[in-house]
Amino acid sequence: MIEGTHEHKDETEEQIHIVSPRIYILIGATLLILTGTTAAVSFVELGPFNVVVALAIAVIKAMLVVLFFMHLRYSPRLTKLTAISGIFIFLGLISMTLADYISRAWGRW
Amino acid sequence: MSDSTTIANAAVAEAGHPHHGEHPPFQRHHFESVVQQFDAANFAMWLFLLTEVMFFGGLFMSYLIMRNWYYPAFVEGSHFLSIFWGTSNTAVLITSSFTVAMGVWCAETRRKKGLILCLILTFILGLMFLGIKGIEWHAEWVEYHVPGLHFSAETFLNPASAPEVYKEYHDKPLSLGMANKTELYFFLYFAMTGMHALHMVVGIGILAYIIFRAWAGAYTTGHVTFVENFGLYWHFVDIIWIFLYPLLYLISRHQ
Amino acid sequence: MSTATIVSLPDQSTARIPKVNFLTKENGLLSWLLTGDHKRIATLYLISITFFFFIGGALAALIRLQLLTPGAELMATDTYDKVFSMHGLIMVFFFLVPSVPATIGNFVIPIMVGAKDLALPKINLLSWYLYVIAGIMMIYTMSVGGVDTGWTFTTPLSTHYLNTHVVSAGLAVFVAGFSSIFTGLNFIVTIHKMRCPGMTWFRLPLFVWSNYAASVLMVLGTPVLAITLVLVVLERTLGIGVFDPAKGGDPLLFQHLFWFYSHPAVYIMILPGFGVISEVVSTFSRKRVFGYTAVAFSSVAIAVFGFFVWAHHMFIMGISNYSALVFSLLTMLVAVPSAIKIYNWAFTLYKGSITFETPMLYALGFMGLFTIGGLTGVFLGSTGTDIHLTETYFVVAHFHFVMVGGMLMSFLSGIHFWWPKWTGRMYPEKISQFAAVVTYIGFNLTFFPQFILGMLGMPRRYASYPPEFQVLNVFSTAGATVLGVGYLLPLLYLTWSLKYGAIAGENPWQATGLEWQIQSPPLTENFAETPIMDHEAYDYDWLERKQASEVASV
Repeated sequence: MIEGTHEHKDETEEQIHIVSPRIYILIGATLLILTGTTAAVSFVELGPFNVVVALAIAVIKAMLVVLFFMHLRYSPRLTKLTAISGIFIFLGLISMTLADYISRAWGRW
Repeated sequence: MSDSTTIANAAVAEAGHPHHGEHPPFQRHHFESVVQQFDAANFAMWLFLLTEVMFFGGLFMSYLIMRNWYYPAFVEGSHFLSIFWGTSNTAVLITSSFTVAMGVWCAETRRKKGLILCLILTFILGLMFLGIKGIEWHAEWVEYHVPGLHFSAETFLNPASAPEVYKEYHDKPLSLGMANKTELYFFLYFAMTGMHALHMVVGIGILAYIIFRAWAGAYTTGHVTFVENFGLYWHFVDIIWIFLYPLLYLISRHQ
Repeated sequence: MSTATIVSLPDQSTARIPKVNFLTKENGLLSWLLTGDHKRIATLYLISITFFFFIGGALAALIRLQLLTPGAELMATDTYDKVFSMHGLIMVFFFLVPSVPATIGNFVIPIMVGAKDLALPKINLLSWYLYVIAGIMMIYTMSVGGVDTGWTFTTPLSTHYLNTHVVSAGLAVFVAGFSSIFTGLNFIVTIHKMRCPGMTWFRLPLFVWSNYAASVLMVLGTPVLAITLVLVVLERTLGIGVFDPAKGGDPLLFQHLFWFYSHPAVYIMILPGFGVISEVVSTFSRKRVFGYTAVAFSSVAIAVFGFFVWAHHMFIMGISNYSALVFSLLTMLVAVPSAIKIYNWAFTLYKGSITFETPMLYALGFMGLFTIGGLTGVFLGSTGTDIHLTETYFVVAHFHFVMVGGMLMSFLSGIHFWWPKWTGRMYPEKISQFAAVVTYIGFNLTFFPQFILGMLGMPRRYASYPPEFQVLNVFSTAGATVLGVGYLLPLLYLTWSLKYGAIAGENPWQATGLEWQIQSPPLTENFAETPIMDHEAYDYDWLERKQASEVASV
């Protein structure tokens, strides 16, 4: 089995960009630190900025997972486009619906 | 191009098959090459995750609208969640994402023992996540906060009746109308965490199968597609939690 | 009717169906139920959607019979509600959505891109099984008493006021949704990753482009419907209240989520139909589709715009006036790419060598009926006229012109067009032309009076109506009878042709697509060798030169 696949080895490894474990460890540690940070910040009174900070940290964490753990950074353009189109259409759903909710009762939203 | 090189009887053997050697056993018959097969499966997985984004998208949007409508109810409702357990669970899930990523790396570099170790760690961490989730759900059951089945707005009409939470937040009593809206908060909480947990259960089930197959050496001969795609799924479930955690637990501590 | 024809069949005395083909390769029920072959799965799909089409059709016949007379004479009003709801659910989710993509698309897309199969054959089979499971759940729902919410599951009607089987119907649609997600996902991956050497994006037949656009809608829209139905089911079983105003929920939120899928769903239904028409119009006028690039991109444009128009279903439901304005404008914009297609097909016909075989008759019918259906859509997209016309028979006529006049016509066109490739045999030409004409006449007689009824103010979804509407309703019911004949005929002669039809040979229509250059019925792996695409799509000169060189070499 292993002999039979030998000639394909290079090809497969060329295709899949192998991310070194050092990056994984780095990203994993960063994610844990950010989790601690966001939990700690939530104990500080920041007014409306509590929401902003918490979501900003969540976005950063999600980006790190997508870019490195899910290898998007090393993926072909098509995969990147796929991920972006998901965000785009989700924002479309949110923004067009909110456009209705917000303008339905100005000021009371 | 001469016109005689037509479709069916083209002399394509040279161009179409870049390698004449035997195909590896895991290459399906309708693919020209392993690369094409890997590419297709990987792309398909990303598309599937796209549908998952939209699946959770409906829930996130409901949460956004309802939170803005019934802000006080959502704030006081979220005070009954435990930040300690929520944060621990986030840490557990992120660690499991890390072990899966390492597992994928082990498969790519053909380290069978490492792969199995990483997968088993992920399996344990996944179960831990569900266990902690169970502890939290149980706490909500005790407090009569399970909408539809076991719900009472008493703790919001009279916050002092839940002394531990009252000591920390000093919540004011909500009006009867607003207190009843906390049921919506808890419904969305259960719908979102429940849907997420369901994805975890499915993931853990697939993981058990992968561990079994990895033991037989299936993923350390260059055929990493399945492990890689499972990794994508697992990371996606992690990302959903990364957003659920602040939305449900963190952003309403003060107001 | 012109007697000119491009049909060229092989010499019937010597011609044989190739011994080895996808139908004969393996035998036995299991070889079908466990197959990975896209052509076999397409065949399975064809049989199952035909089954559901005739159930839905029988329900439609009941509706028309009931409306023959002003009173509620044939059935009680609540039975009538169940009949039209089941008609809608079955026709939308079990016929229209999978009709062209899961059958014709499944059959020809891999061949058109020059691949041996879809990228994920097992997922393709899974998609069919999900469809069957969903179908069984729907039949169960129907046999235990049905559901009377209409196909839209409108809350709070569906969640609070009805004691019919909303839960099982909702779950059936949920499962059917995943079946269509997997089909769409498979197409997108196949079109991106499985194209043969030389097959660039702009050499793809337009059928592939339009199915690609529809697949994008399936993948992105359907999950939103899925989560919405989950919420409806939870609302019914646990009473959780996201859509329940009494608990602080919002029924309009349901409408937003539901139409976020269900408006793009009409493009899921019609876009693959556009693809069929592009193929047929080009083949039977012997011309490359006029403005290939514009037609290709108009499919994509429809897919993109289609996501941002959903609230035009909600103009009278109390959404904000400002967002109604925006959605109205966006709705008008969708008319532009649709018109681009119609104009381009018309220009393709211009100075072409047109012949009137059955697929072409259906396609011409499509162009007329779809134009009417599309233009009345613009009336409904204008907020002013919509307030008068919505929830009347005008809406019913509008979407039947698009769905039945558009989609069903193109489905039949496609089935007739690819039937010789699929089975290796021709159907009887004269009777099929007759059926196409009967369908066209019957269709207009059925649905045109409904436009007038709607203008006069007859509301939809009622079992009875004032006596002054009876004349037009009688016309409509009479038309439905003719239409029924028009649909039964193909079932009969197509079945007949399976055994007695003339041998079709490789390329009876002299068409240029890759699928016409291989044997019919095709081999399991489609091509003996990986093809190389060395010419543009719809290149009839290339076909002529190829045939000339084949004759010379013989």
